[in-house]
Amino acid sequence: MIAPKIKKKTADVNGLTPKDYASDQDIRWCPGCGDYSILKQVQSVLPEFGLPREKTVFISGIGCSSRYPYYMNTYGMHGIHGRAIAIASGVKATNPELDVWVITGDGDSLSIGGNHLIHGLRKNFDLNILLFNNEIYGLTKGQYSPTSPTGKVTKSTPFGSVDTPFNPVALALGAEGSFVARGIDRNPVQLRDILKAAHAHKGASLVEVYQNCNVFNDKAFDLFTNKETKDDHVINLETGKPLTFGGGTRGIILDGFTPQAVDLEKVSENDCWIHDPSDKIKASILARFFDYTVVRGDLPRPFGIFYQHERPTYEEVLVQQIKDHSHEKADLDTLLSGANPWEIK
Amino acid sequence: MQKIVEKTLTKSDEVVILFAGDSGDGIQLTGGQFTETVELFGNDISTFPNYPADIRAPIGTLSGVSGFQLKFGCVEVFTPGDKYDVLVVMNAAALKVNLANLKTGGVIIANLSGFDAKNLKLAKYIDNENPLTDHSLDGYKVHAIDITKMTREALKESSLGMKEIDRCKNMFVLGFVYWMFSQKPDNTIRFIRDKFKKKPEVAEANITALKTGYHFGDTSETFTSRFQVKAAKLPPGRYRNINGNQAVALALVAAARRNDLDLFYASYPITPASDILHELSKHKNFGVKTFQAEDEIAAACAAIGSSFAGGLAATGSSGPGIALKGEALGLAVILELPMVIVNVQRGGPSTGLPTKTEQADLMQAMFGRHGEAPMPVLAVASPKDCFDTVYEASRIAVEHMTPVLVLSDGYIANGAEPWRFPASEDLPEIKKPPLPDNGKAFREDAYLPYIRDENEVRPWVPVGTEKYEHRIGGLEKELLTGNVSYDPENHERMVAIRARKTEQIAGDIPQQTINRGTEGADLCVLSWGSTYGAIETAVRDLVDEGVPVAHVHLRYINPFPSNLEKLLRTFRKVIIPEMNRGQLSVMIRDRFLIDARTVSKMKGLPFTVDEIKEAIQNELP
Repeated sequence: MIAPKIKKKTADVNGLTPKDYASDQDIRWCPGCGDYSILKQVQSVLPEFGLPREKTVFISGIGCSSRYPYYMNTYGMHGIHGRAIAIASGVKATNPELDVWVITGDGDSLSIGGNHLIHGLRKNFDLNILLFNNEIYGLTKGQYSPTSPTGKVTKSTPFGSVDTPFNPVALALGAEGSFVARGIDRNPVQLRDILKAAHAHKGASLVEVYQNCNVFNDKAFDLFTNKETKDDHVINLETGKPLTFGGGTRGIILDGFTPQAVDLEKVSENDCWIHDPSDKIKASILARFFDYTVVRGDLPRPFGIFYQHERPTYEEVLVQQIKDHSHEKADLDTLLSGANPWEIK
Repeated sequence: MQKIVEKTLTKSDEVVILFAGDSGDGIQLTGGQFTETVELFGNDISTFPNYPADIRAPIGTLSGVSGFQLKFGCVEVFTPGDKYDVLVVMNAAALKVNLANLKTGGVIIANLSGFDAKNLKLAKYIDNENPLTDHSLDGYKVHAIDITKMTREALKESSLGMKEIDRCKNMFVLGFVYWMFSQKPDNTIRFIRDKFKKKPEVAEANITALKTGYHFGDTSETFTSRFQVKAAKLPPGRYRNINGNQAVALALVAAARRNDLDLFYASYPITPASDILHELSKHKNFGVKTFQAEDEIAAACAAIGSSFAGGLAATGSSGPGIALKGEALGLAVILELPMVIVNVQRGGPSTGLPTKTEQADLMQAMFGRHGEAPMPVLAVASPKDCFDTVYEASRIAVEHMTPVLVLSDGYIANGAEPWRFPASEDLPEIKKPPLPDNGKAFREDAYLPYIRDENEVRPWVPVGTEKYEHRIGGLEKELLTGNVSYDPENHERMVAIRARKTEQIAGDIPQQTINRGTEGADLCVLSWGSTYGAIETAVRDLVDEGVPVAHVHLRYINPFPSNLEKLLRTFRKVIIPEMNRGQLSVMIRDRFLIDARTVSKMKGLPFTVDEIKEAIQNELP
């Protein structure tokens, strides 16, 4: 992991602990749901930001993950299906000082709210968007989602789904996301680091979190969490470090634009691809480590920060335009009278 | 030197003029200048621009005709008029499109060079048929002037190229029309000097064309009659010209500014509402934040977010967009957050008639959300009324913590009229529901976001307020805590509370008054929205003739003013002219069991005064 620079951190963290961020509401997620871990990691990093609790707001759409705001003792809004990013945009535009988090799922922001996700990333409001991806519709009890693999048998696809799934990281890069990362519920240490970096990033941060739905899609990410398989199928991205996996036995080299998994007994670690999240072209190649094929050398799934590059945020420019015109007299009577008033006596 | 011909002067109370030509003929500017001049003179006026639906229709074609209609008078003017007294046409297509609306015996001023073989063909006159010469216009007073040639002649010394010279011909026409209506061209001369400050040769060319047109009326022997419309007796005060969409925008700026609120306007481009976004996006110096959202839903949702953060939030659209916003508006209802939604209605259903007017979204405004989702609904009567109504909608939204829907329409949005604008200090104060104190508003340190006052209004606590952290959402909420509740008794109670909350607004709005006529008349014409002008004109004329008719016009549709039923019951009969199939009638019958009769018009066009008069006469013995 890169050492995240925490933007709003102060010496005084207001004496808040993770517990102070838990609301009095009983959590209604199924026992064993991956959402618990994500909730816990967020609650544990929030005190580190040193922000007063009232400055933090969680906005969600609809779905299992979107119940999230009710469990946070901050400001929060449980919105409507797919629209969390749009709601959050209005919050941030009106009060740019707020720390705005969006909680959404693969159905919420990749299907019904797909438009708001791509435009939210493009517009680059300073939002922390946590996309809980469980590759299934849970709240509606088990239909395939836009991230379910082709052929997935679900209640609505008894003969297998026909769709090609979205690759959320590639989609976010394509939508001009300025911070794109992937984490997983079962790797809390890495997830906390990603959350801190996402928070520190000025602009829209998209964090895809693989999240196990143990009721409707159990073990969807088993390959990346199972002790037997994870070493060969997970590659953790660390800035400035070579891409290695398989317990240090394997690495990734770039042959032109083609990534290849190599044996580190045959190829030196020094010749491996060095991770640089500021390189968008490389990030785009990394995002394509997505298909389980042997064609490109059985590439592992990357976790960590794919891409990060700050550019002016929407609200920053919005406020700047207003500042740029603040020297112009804003007299309401002049506005009401217009340029050509006349008087009738 | 030409000799000055004797001219006769016809006095008129009001005159309707249509300027029509190609999109590139400067028709809107010509109409706009005439409007300014007669306004300064003291006439009352109402104007309506008529743009072609296509962006750049081919020159000279029927679909490329642009028009600017106006009615001005020495009496109060409520509409841009029905049939024209004077039709100014720059080409054959403009004549063909608009002739049907010219009064019998009306005046046609035609640009002769716009009737050459090519233009006649483009206007689909067949076999060299030329209306200017084939006697088909014998029932009218036709003045065919070779405007292009005379403008070129007047500007032969100018350094401008032919194309630029030809662009001055609208000023020739305007000068001539000024002469015809006994108006001075001085205001337009000042306007041209200012507009072309940096291009003095263009300014001089336009002024020369204007003066040439003016003097042509004086010196030409063809024209012997001029008109005079005296100044109107308007209430004293300071006036400006304003169209409906501008007035909506200014009302939002004023409501925010006067009450120290941050205005946030989120919108997706749609005809005929886009001009509200355009206007608001100019006023950065007032701190106005505008947001062109990725779609209609995002616009509504961003407004909800802004309101949650303490902004004066608004979104505007037309029917198709309001349909898309429906689910979000339901969210605003259950959250109980203030916001203003403006629907500039157009012909529907679906894409319908985007550039034509209609008022068929009343039921959508009332009931176009799932579940029991009551929302206050206000309707604007005229361009200038947009200001007061939208300011009032902002007040109700904030003081009653509710989304408020305002119905405008395409006719009002683009129509313009003089407006006696208020002084900012006279604008009413909007009283934000106060932040509740620590006592009753908390339970075990947790703030209760849904505590209410006697009108069921909950406090407005923007995100960021210390100690008041709370969660709200679209799920049914427990009475005080706002926590999710599936309790059957609680749901029924919350539905009733939200209904009562809207009903209570009736105690905070003015009583319904009669616009014209008197209580107890034989017939009441009940109206809402842009039918106001035609109905007010018709009823005024008939009341003056002693006909027992009255006009009652509604601004408040949900809730109705508390005295409305009592007032309506004083009349023997009630008719409701609407540009729909009778939507207000449904509401009046439902609420009051009053057998109101619908007068429907569904042509994408406003009612004419004659149509209203006829409807009234049909109901009277």
